[in-house]
Amino acid sequence: MSTVAMDLNLEKIGTDYDAVASRCARRVVICAGTGCMAGGALKVFKAMHEEAKAQGISLEINLDFEETGDRDGLLTKSGCQGFCQMGPLMSIEPDGILYCGVKPADVAEILRKTFRGGELVERLLYKVPATGQVCKGHGDIPFYTQQKRTVLAACGSMDPEDVREYIARGGYAGIRKAVLEMSDEDICKSMLDSGLRGRGGGGFPTGRKWDLTRIQPKGKKYIVCNGDEGDPGAFMDRSVMEGNPHAVIEGMMIAARAVGADEGYVYVRAEYPLAVARLRRAVKAAEEIGILGEAIFGSDFSFRLQVMEGAGAFVCGEETALLASIEGKRGMPMPKPPFPAQSGLWGKPTVINNVETLASVPLILSHGPAWYRAMGTAKSPGTKTFALTGHVANTGLIEVPFGATLRQIVFEIGGGITGKDGAIDNDAFKAVQIGGPSGGCLTREHLDLPMDFDSLTSIGAMVGSGGLVVMNQSTCMVRIAKFFMQFTQNESCGKCVPCREGTKQMLQLLDDITEGRATEETLPLLEQLARNVKLGSLCGLGKTAPNPVLSTLKQFRAEYEAHVHRKVCPSRECKALVTPEIKADRCKGCTLCARKCPVGAIEGERKALHTIDASKCIRCGVCVEACKFNAISGI
Amino acid sequence: MTAEMNLTIDGLQVDIQDEKNILEVIRKAHIELPTFCYHSELSVYGACRLCMVEVEGRGLVAACSTAPEPGMKLRTQTPQVRELRKMNIELLLASGNHDCPTCGKSGSCKLQSLAERLGVTKIRFKAPIPERPLDTSSPSILRDPSKCILCGDCVRFCDEIQGIGAIGFTHRGSEATVAPAFNKGIAEVDCVNCGQCAAVCPVGAITVKSDIEQVFAALGDPAKTVIVQVAPAVRSAIGEAFGLPNDTFSTMGRIVSALRRLGFHKVYDTSFTADLTIWEEATEFLQRKEKGGKLPLFTSCCPAWVKLVEHDLPEILDNLSSCRSPQAMFGSLAKEILPGKLGVKREDLVVVSVMPCTAKKFEATRPELGQVGAPDTDLVITTQELARMIQDAGLVFEELPVESLDMPFGFKTGAGVIFANSGGVSEAVVRYVAGQLGEESPAIRELRSDRSRRTLELPTRLGPVRIGVVYGLAEAQRLVKEIQAGESDLDFVEVMACPGGCIGGAGQPVTHSDKVRGQRTQAIRRVDAALDLHCPQENHYVKEIYSERLETPNSHQAHHLLHTHYQSRRRIQGEGISLSEVTGVPKIPVSFCVGTACHLRGAEVLLKKVMACVEEEDLGERFDVRATFCMEACDRGPTVKVDDIVLHGATVESVMGLIREVLVEKVE
Repeated sequence: MSTVAMDLNLEKIGTDYDAVASRCARRVVICAGTGCMAGGALKVFKAMHEEAKAQGISLEINLDFEETGDRDGLLTKSGCQGFCQMGPLMSIEPDGILYCGVKPADVAEILRKTFRGGELVERLLYKVPATGQVCKGHGDIPFYTQQKRTVLAACGSMDPEDVREYIARGGYAGIRKAVLEMSDEDICKSMLDSGLRGRGGGGFPTGRKWDLTRIQPKGKKYIVCNGDEGDPGAFMDRSVMEGNPHAVIEGMMIAARAVGADEGYVYVRAEYPLAVARLRRAVKAAEEIGILGEAIFGSDFSFRLQVMEGAGAFVCGEETALLASIEGKRGMPMPKPPFPAQSGLWGKPTVINNVETLASVPLILSHGPAWYRAMGTAKSPGTKTFALTGHVANTGLIEVPFGATLRQIVFEIGGGITGKDGAIDNDAFKAVQIGGPSGGCLTREHLDLPMDFDSLTSIGAMVGSGGLVVMNQSTCMVRIAKFFMQFTQNESCGKCVPCREGTKQMLQLLDDITEGRATEETLPLLEQLARNVKLGSLCGLGKTAPNPVLSTLKQFRAEYEAHVHRKVCPSRECKALVTPEIKADRCKGCTLCARKCPVGAIEGERKALHTIDASKCIRCGVCVEACKFNAISGI
Repeated sequence: MTAEMNLTIDGLQVDIQDEKNILEVIRKAHIELPTFCYHSELSVYGACRLCMVEVEGRGLVAACSTAPEPGMKLRTQTPQVRELRKMNIELLLASGNHDCPTCGKSGSCKLQSLAERLGVTKIRFKAPIPERPLDTSSPSILRDPSKCILCGDCVRFCDEIQGIGAIGFTHRGSEATVAPAFNKGIAEVDCVNCGQCAAVCPVGAITVKSDIEQVFAALGDPAKTVIVQVAPAVRSAIGEAFGLPNDTFSTMGRIVSALRRLGFHKVYDTSFTADLTIWEEATEFLQRKEKGGKLPLFTSCCPAWVKLVEHDLPEILDNLSSCRSPQAMFGSLAKEILPGKLGVKREDLVVVSVMPCTAKKFEATRPELGQVGAPDTDLVITTQELARMIQDAGLVFEELPVESLDMPFGFKTGAGVIFANSGGVSEAVVRYVAGQLGEESPAIRELRSDRSRRTLELPTRLGPVRIGVVYGLAEAQRLVKEIQAGESDLDFVEVMACPGGCIGGAGQPVTHSDKVRGQRTQAIRRVDAALDLHCPQENHYVKEIYSERLETPNSHQAHHLLHTHYQSRRRIQGEGISLSEVTGVPKIPVSFCVGTACHLRGAEVLLKKVMACVEEEDLGERFDVRATFCMEACDRGPTVKVDDIVLHGATVESVMGLIREVLVEKVE
């Protein structure tokens, strides 16, 4: 291995790759992130390859280094391009085209028109919902133009399974610099100077974490990458691991060099099979060309990496539980101190960083701390990826500099709020849940709040993992709080009393509220309990579990009170609090609902208004499905 | 004391000495901060969150897992701290079946007493309580998971102090429970019945299995003659159940009169057969020493230790003394001698024993200790249960007259009594072999130290004898490993499972104080000091038994009545499946564990690669590659055995290296 490493010439690999790639006139990249794959991206890929052959277009799927002739194009898959809502996505360069919602049936036309004729297939282009403006590609789609894709930059345009392309784009130059030109202290200092803060939720300065590990006595140390992204609705880390696995590996190597570690683990949740496969392939490729292994770049630095699958517990995203899990123990958090930097994996000093954090590291080393600091805010430099979902026109994966406002994200990148019927209705904006089950709720008054670590913390929310769930006026906030509470109580490891028992009882109290059993005592008790769970829990999971409840209670107290005191759900989402009724202006008296009702709760003459007997109704919803006139509500 | 080494607790200056955490500093300041999961002998767990205090500048922290720092300002009674404490108790009361009046731990339950102390008078939480069935599989302990508060004390004690790990956590969140592997009954796994899980359980989730009703039934049966033996440790602790000091003289006399009032026909002392045990065991030891038999000789009085050896250390079964325990010797002698003496039929004689120990309940059921369907010891109750019987019968213990034990089995020397303390069996052997050494002799001082491991050397007519004493089965296992590795050279090893020996048995009254162990030890020493005779050979009733029945120690008759045999209880004793060609030539076995844990760590890939290497290097003729079942080193897999050498964390290189080494060795 060492002889290979000595011969390792990144420039040569890069220029060889570029030379071969430049012989292909076009580059077609089909998004093979999990979302687009589910939409049939692989079928599109296959169809494209076969149809090109049929049409006599030389569209390669493997770069042939022996071949010298020119080619019509190179077809590759990429990681997530972010615009998941519009998938499967296909980008064509250098034309700057992005085709959305591509189906296998479309590829013949794409090849004929775009490849042969240089024309656009207009029906596959993105149209801005609000204005109807047709966009050609990344250059003019507001979803992309408003972003600052930095960590995600390579994710959607590069073949994540080809280490040569990563190198051709400057990859592994960061670790080479770290190994050949920098001392361990220099690297830590660079990180400190860049102001990089951990993207896992806490926002702890990465340079400080590394330095704390570096100053531990020499000996065995570990680097662990936390890829156990478990928040519902969050998929930033998955996208980075799938789309740019070598950046994660390089980040871990730089961390290892900085602290004196020679072994690393990437802990990925088992629900991310594609990320696991791509990382394993990337590790193998890096080993084969001598980047991972012994005597890296001819130095005394060695590094070995293993990819480990988690077993599906949310709590394993907590660092001490994650370490226990790698050790083969039950994933339960341990009291800190000692911190992992002092005593981590198998009792050895350990750096644990989040995927996004590590993927930022090579960029900082290549471009310098000042470049990084130029993005974002003074205390939260750099960019942040968010997973944007909910009642918003453009859902997907985005990246913005810290300090961008919620307004920019929701209305410009997100393209505005969708109302009950799916059409854009910006007045219907109600709230954004940020940071998943650990985070809080942002409302209209926070639309111009800069999104950074400290501003969000100051209002009781947090960046957290970076999930953004947008909600319109038809959303019941008590049910949102209950949804997240259901999640955390289910994912509590069961170790400490406040989290194990407290979340269970909080959920029970929320159940009481949404099901009409709440009394005057319920809300004060819920608040008291929430406060104590927050203060008393052992780890971050329990300490943040009450946040959705506390923050919705703060922002939408009247909604809770309506449920408790008047037994009314203002959004009409809590079935138990809504009386089922048939609207007089819509009912045509077709009798279908009465015939379908399994308990005979609906009565009415033909062509006359029907009525529901609420005492008989079991709220099964059969009538709602049956009614062709949308006349039944409250079920 | 310098000012820098102080911290402030509720405005009071307290000096920091060598405390590991602020909880210990706070308790030193006479503030009994409540905890469920903190034990000074166990690792810090930090789960109950009752010890949370406010540290100025840092907010609420768990005292158990916060190191003391000079200048810290702690507050233990703020409204927030109090609210958190009370709420945690309220949450726990709402979490399970905490129906105090019908609970076995009522009166000694920490949750009950903390609820009372903190004034938790109402439970406002109403989430449904999950159903969790009882585990009645064990003869020694009863598990009621519906009462468990998941403090993990039992799990850590079993793992850290006993080195067994018979129970662990399963499921998560509010469904988390403590259970044996695969939710089996505790008797179906390698539990050794030491009962320390019950002793540390702050609530009623693990309790001593009660046999009181069977004893009352036997006492009420006119056809039966019920006699009882009382173990030495019982007298050191039963007073605690009645709020009395551990004053042993009057205590033993009151135990006797209580037992008579309860209807026992004769009341005897297990110390008698403890004396007898020394005659047998010391003779066995001296013979092994003289004739070059297997050494070290491990004691066999502790039934938890014996079961552990059967499960996990079957390779040292021959090192265990073949002597039955004093309880078992008593049962066997009683059933042999007393029917004639008392004029009853053997089948109508009921032998009950009162023990500090839960494992004795299991020992009594061993088929080798009795005749088919008729165990030598019929019923075993613990100190706790005797106290409960006394309460049940309405006897006012402290007012009972002091009465004498029945003869001959009520007679003992001090040697039989000190069996109750860790080091006591060894001291009794020393007295038998070398006579009574003064209390100030270095050997006796070492034996009486309270460390979990002690070693000493004693000059004897057979040359120096090296004695080891341990309590806690994890410590015992470490010692065995050292002996096996040749790092420790001992002739005689006394092992007791429970902390401090039998006085710390799980059948003793429940205590949450760490001072009690020392008080019990001292109580036993006082009895020994007050007796006239101290050496086992001075027990003339024992002598009489030899002359009338047993001839000499280790005689054929003595072996029949007083010795036993053991069996390996390894879960899987299979030979493994050979994957090599069968040629009939004897080959060196290479065994690959393909159990679940090793499989997950890549055992199968390893196996295939090594098979390929073996073939490539043409070693198939010499080695027999086998797939075996679990080798029980799941945390260190993949495990591979080449000949007799075990390799943990095996790789292709390390296995092949070892194969080549073994080959060279065999060729030479």
